[in-house]
Amino acid sequence: MSQFKQTFNSSIGKKLIMALTGLFLCTFLIVHLAGNLQLFQNDEGYAFNVYANFLTHFPPIEVIAYILYAFIVIHALYALILTINNRKARPVQYAHQPKSPTSWGSKNMGLLGSILLLFIVIHMSDFWYKYKYTDTVGFKEYRTNVLSNERTVTDFVPESKEFEHSYTTENDVEVVRVKDLHKKVSESFSQWWYVLIYVIAQGALSFHLLHGFQSAFRTLGWTHRKYTPIVEQIGIWLFAVIIPLGFAAMPVVYFFMGK
Amino acid sequence: MKLTLKVWRQKDANSAGKMETYPADNISPDMSFLEMLDVVNESLIHKNIEPIHFDHDCREGICGMCSLYINGQPHGPKRAITTCQLHMRSFKDGDTITIEPWRAAAFPVIKDLAVDRSAFDRIQQAGGYISVNTGAAQDANNILIPKVIADEAFNSATCIGCGACVAACKNASAMLFVSAKITQLGLLPQGQPERYRRAQSMVAQMDEEGFGNCTNTGACEAECPKEISLTNISRMNNDFLSAKLFREEEIAHSGE
Amino acid sequence: MELDGKVPAGPLANKWSKYKFDLKLVNPANKRKYDIIVVGTGLAGASAAASLAELGYNVKAFCFQDSPRRAHSIAAQGGINAAKNYQNDGDSVFRLFYDTIKGGDYRAREGNVYRLAEVSVNIIDQCVAQGVPFAREYGGLLDNRSFGGSQVSRTFYARGQTGQQLLLGAYSALNRQINAGKVKMYTRTEMLDVVVVDGHAKGIVTRNMINGQIDTHSGHAVLLCTGGYGNVFYLSTNAIGSNVTAAWRAHKRGAFFANPCYTQIHPTCIPVTGDHQSKLTLMSESLRNDGRVWAPKTVEIAQKLQKKEITADQVKEDDRDYFLERKYPAFGNLVPRDVASRNAKEMADEGKGVGASGLAVYLDFADAIKRLGEDTVRAKYGNLFDMYIQITDENPYKQPMRIYPAVHYTMGGLWVDYNLQTSVPGLFALGECNFSDHGANRLGASALMQGLSDGYFVIPFTLGDYLAKQGPKKVDENHPAFAQTKQDVIDHVNKLISLKGTKTTNEYHRDLGHIMWEYCGMARTEEGLIKAKKMIQELKVDFWKNAIIVGKNEEVNASLERGGRVADFIELGELMVDDALMRRESCGGHFRLESQTDDGEALRDDENFAFVAAWEFMGENQPERLNKEKLEFEAVHLSQRNYA
Repeated sequence: MSQFKQTFNSSIGKKLIMALTGLFLCTFLIVHLAGNLQLFQNDEGYAFNVYANFLTHFPPIEVIAYILYAFIVIHALYALILTINNRKARPVQYAHQPKSPTSWGSKNMGLLGSILLLFIVIHMSDFWYKYKYTDTVGFKEYRTNVLSNERTVTDFVPESKEFEHSYTTENDVEVVRVKDLHKKVSESFSQWWYVLIYVIAQGALSFHLLHGFQSAFRTLGWTHRKYTPIVEQIGIWLFAVIIPLGFAAMPVVYFFMGK
Repeated sequence: MKLTLKVWRQKDANSAGKMETYPADNISPDMSFLEMLDVVNESLIHKNIEPIHFDHDCREGICGMCSLYINGQPHGPKRAITTCQLHMRSFKDGDTITIEPWRAAAFPVIKDLAVDRSAFDRIQQAGGYISVNTGAAQDANNILIPKVIADEAFNSATCIGCGACVAACKNASAMLFVSAKITQLGLLPQGQPERYRRAQSMVAQMDEEGFGNCTNTGACEAECPKEISLTNISRMNNDFLSAKLFREEEIAHSGE
Repeated sequence: MELDGKVPAGPLANKWSKYKFDLKLVNPANKRKYDIIVVGTGLAGASAAASLAELGYNVKAFCFQDSPRRAHSIAAQGGINAAKNYQNDGDSVFRLFYDTIKGGDYRAREGNVYRLAEVSVNIIDQCVAQGVPFAREYGGLLDNRSFGGSQVSRTFYARGQTGQQLLLGAYSALNRQINAGKVKMYTRTEMLDVVVVDGHAKGIVTRNMINGQIDTHSGHAVLLCTGGYGNVFYLSTNAIGSNVTAAWRAHKRGAFFANPCYTQIHPTCIPVTGDHQSKLTLMSESLRNDGRVWAPKTVEIAQKLQKKEITADQVKEDDRDYFLERKYPAFGNLVPRDVASRNAKEMADEGKGVGASGLAVYLDFADAIKRLGEDTVRAKYGNLFDMYIQITDENPYKQPMRIYPAVHYTMGGLWVDYNLQTSVPGLFALGECNFSDHGANRLGASALMQGLSDGYFVIPFTLGDYLAKQGPKKVDENHPAFAQTKQDVIDHVNKLISLKGTKTTNEYHRDLGHIMWEYCGMARTEEGLIKAKKMIQELKVDFWKNAIIVGKNEEVNASLERGGRVADFIELGELMVDDALMRRESCGGHFRLESQTDDGEALRDDENFAFVAAWEFMGENQPERLNKEKLEFEAVHLSQRNYA
């Protein structure tokens, strides 16, 4: 056991944890973005709400979700530990502002990460927590005729407080009753300051990943003359441009469409 | 040229230090930075003031002794040189120049601008060698090393141990220095038998000395007078993690 | 007194191997009962300390730098010779031996030089095994180049940083032994005296350069590996810290100082820009392969160039004097270092020097660029040109380089016998610190070879012999000699600290350098040397009256360190002048204007001067006594050098 303790207490071991958790969070972002693209479907939230319901009720996903939360905490915790260590390594600061040529993002990962952590807290308390643990999110009933594909939508008020969701069929009609997260999202994204928080957070995400994604590969020791440039391009285009833009587009589009 | 120097003065490791201001007059643009300090020091001695202490020796950029943090950059504003190779023509008449020692917990100040870099020696002593006794070597040409590998190892071997990487790093991390030696020996066939053991013992010593962690920011690479690349750190990480996580034979060693 | 170099008898090629067998050995179990002191951790010191510790001795190693890795061996650029004959071009141990003896102008000991050539092959093996990244060919084999006018390619190199890589190899071997607990390393510690007990060296006195503490250290033998004394000239290619103090204090305790006047001056250095100049930077000799050396034909043109009224390219071809090509048509720009240096100084002395100070000649690449193209020139010399641009802010692709000679290496040093033992038993000297292998002039790429040969392959054997004969009895540190020597050092330090005059030690050093360069540099005359001796004596008196040393002993005090070193340099300077005066011949790095051939070549006087001059200290301000070691030549025939 002491072998592992030694490994993960070492400077490089701690960085390994940062890298692995970071990369896991990166893959989550891809899935999260793909799922949330349902928001752009013009179906009065059907796909999105079903997707949200699936995420919160399919056991394997629930397990992975908790791993994800744990990783966020670990990633943040180790960042804190490492930052404290790093501060200790230079007890006296320079009088002259350091001028070594480095990217802004790489020097401010802690700041960017803190913004992101704050954002995650806001984001999760507003959606995830309210969705799961409160009854502030209402229900929708989707009745879809499987033959004609016609769908009607109505608000639904469950009789029991324990009600979570139901999938039934009545003759040719599929009846889906799920929590209406879509409505909650539309409401949140109709407030300008809420949209602003999201846009700022996505900006932070962009800079965080611009450095973080390729840095994780370096920490793992995965550098290679052939593949490192590819990793760097993925880091730039996918993680620092496409993903943050995709996420930022949601509140912005909803804000302007809601008007 | 006429300049104003803001210099860190500190009597010894146990005293508090502070920035002092000195004028530097009659400075020729052809002087090296250290010669400019020599001139200032001569004038201080004539006034019976203790000269500004700084480390220096070869003055041609190879011994790694000089170590000044000039206007926010180790070894000053130019790339790929040491302080002794910096010339005053890199500054403008009337400039104010701030000179500080390397700042790191692992590099305590000895006096003024000189710091104690013995932590670097201790890291090397922990494993920065190939265990071969004098006289035990085979003919040199029995070991074939592809030119590209030899060149790559050489790039790492050019490290002069000045500590600019630590000084530049926002975390005062020594990983560029440590990884340069691990990489040099790790690339060469002669270094293979001890490759994974070396990575572990040198990293352990590095951690013990109180250096910070690498965040792949790259300030070290940008300021290294010998342009040692960040790839070295990655190679070290790979060897270290490989040793710690996957190599069975290395477990026996730690049980010694 | 006639000195015995103790070179073993027998055929040259078998001397060393036979001698090794004859030497006494220390029982392996007894080795740990011996303490060895090694002062200096350059190539010689680090390799000796590591090798002795590997054998089982307890080693204490000392250096004044903050780390053993910073010793000035690190600055050697060119390469290291070895008689490997990997290129199949006719090299052999004998050829390397022959070239070294001849290059040294027949003023070195045959036995030592042959041994050096013999172990040179082991050095390369050892260094490669340590992970020294020598240059390689695509097939994976080691690459060689021809160096310093040698007819064979026997130089191994690691870009322009061979010294650094070799030192780091020795440093790593040293580190391994420090880690094993067999070497105790003392950094930022300066040796200030040798403790001699009953005629044998048994310890040293050191000053801790952080807190000024003066300590004694005892050992069964003391190895001085403290480098050369080129800084006696103030400006040289040596590191600022390089000094003679350890060797000089040993000299004052009885170690003879041999051939102090043999100084190597390197022709292709970057010229001095002003009084502030603190050191000179060497550029590889290889530049002379393609560059043409010239100076303006007339003083008038030179003055215009000095005042920057015209630039070098405006000087017409007819107004240029390619003086090396003119005087030495056969060798042209590739004449040996001393010839090229002397001629450059002659030009400057005649007022035909260039640059603001007039202390430079041109090294012109315009023809080479025309002939080979700028790209080829860049590929060959790019890094040297870059270095030149950085220091001078001039572009050698457009304007000729300015070069001037600078002191580079000192062949003289503590006298040692074949065992590397000085005239004080138990006190050994290795590397540039001793005088032994280079005669009156050193071949390019041989300094590194000698340092490592002494440390790795000679001292482990010869020291064992001395120790075995002495026995492992513990050195008694209570012997009054320890306390007395320590007190002497304290007195000396106090004397220095009490100097509160008006002139800085740096200014004295610069003055000394001017005297040495002018009168005891590339060309020496009876008259000049007599004058220099008087000037140095006056400088010495003035130093102890008017020098200023600030601060106190119990702290980091560069002023004090410098003061002690300069005081020793002044004394050494006088001895160098004495030696140069005594040696009424020209040989290698010692050129007496009175002794030259019709072509202006160094003219040896083998009849009267085929000896090593080993000077014996006779007391403060007393003339030193000359002891001679006759040089016998069995394997080579003495010939007059001729480059015309």
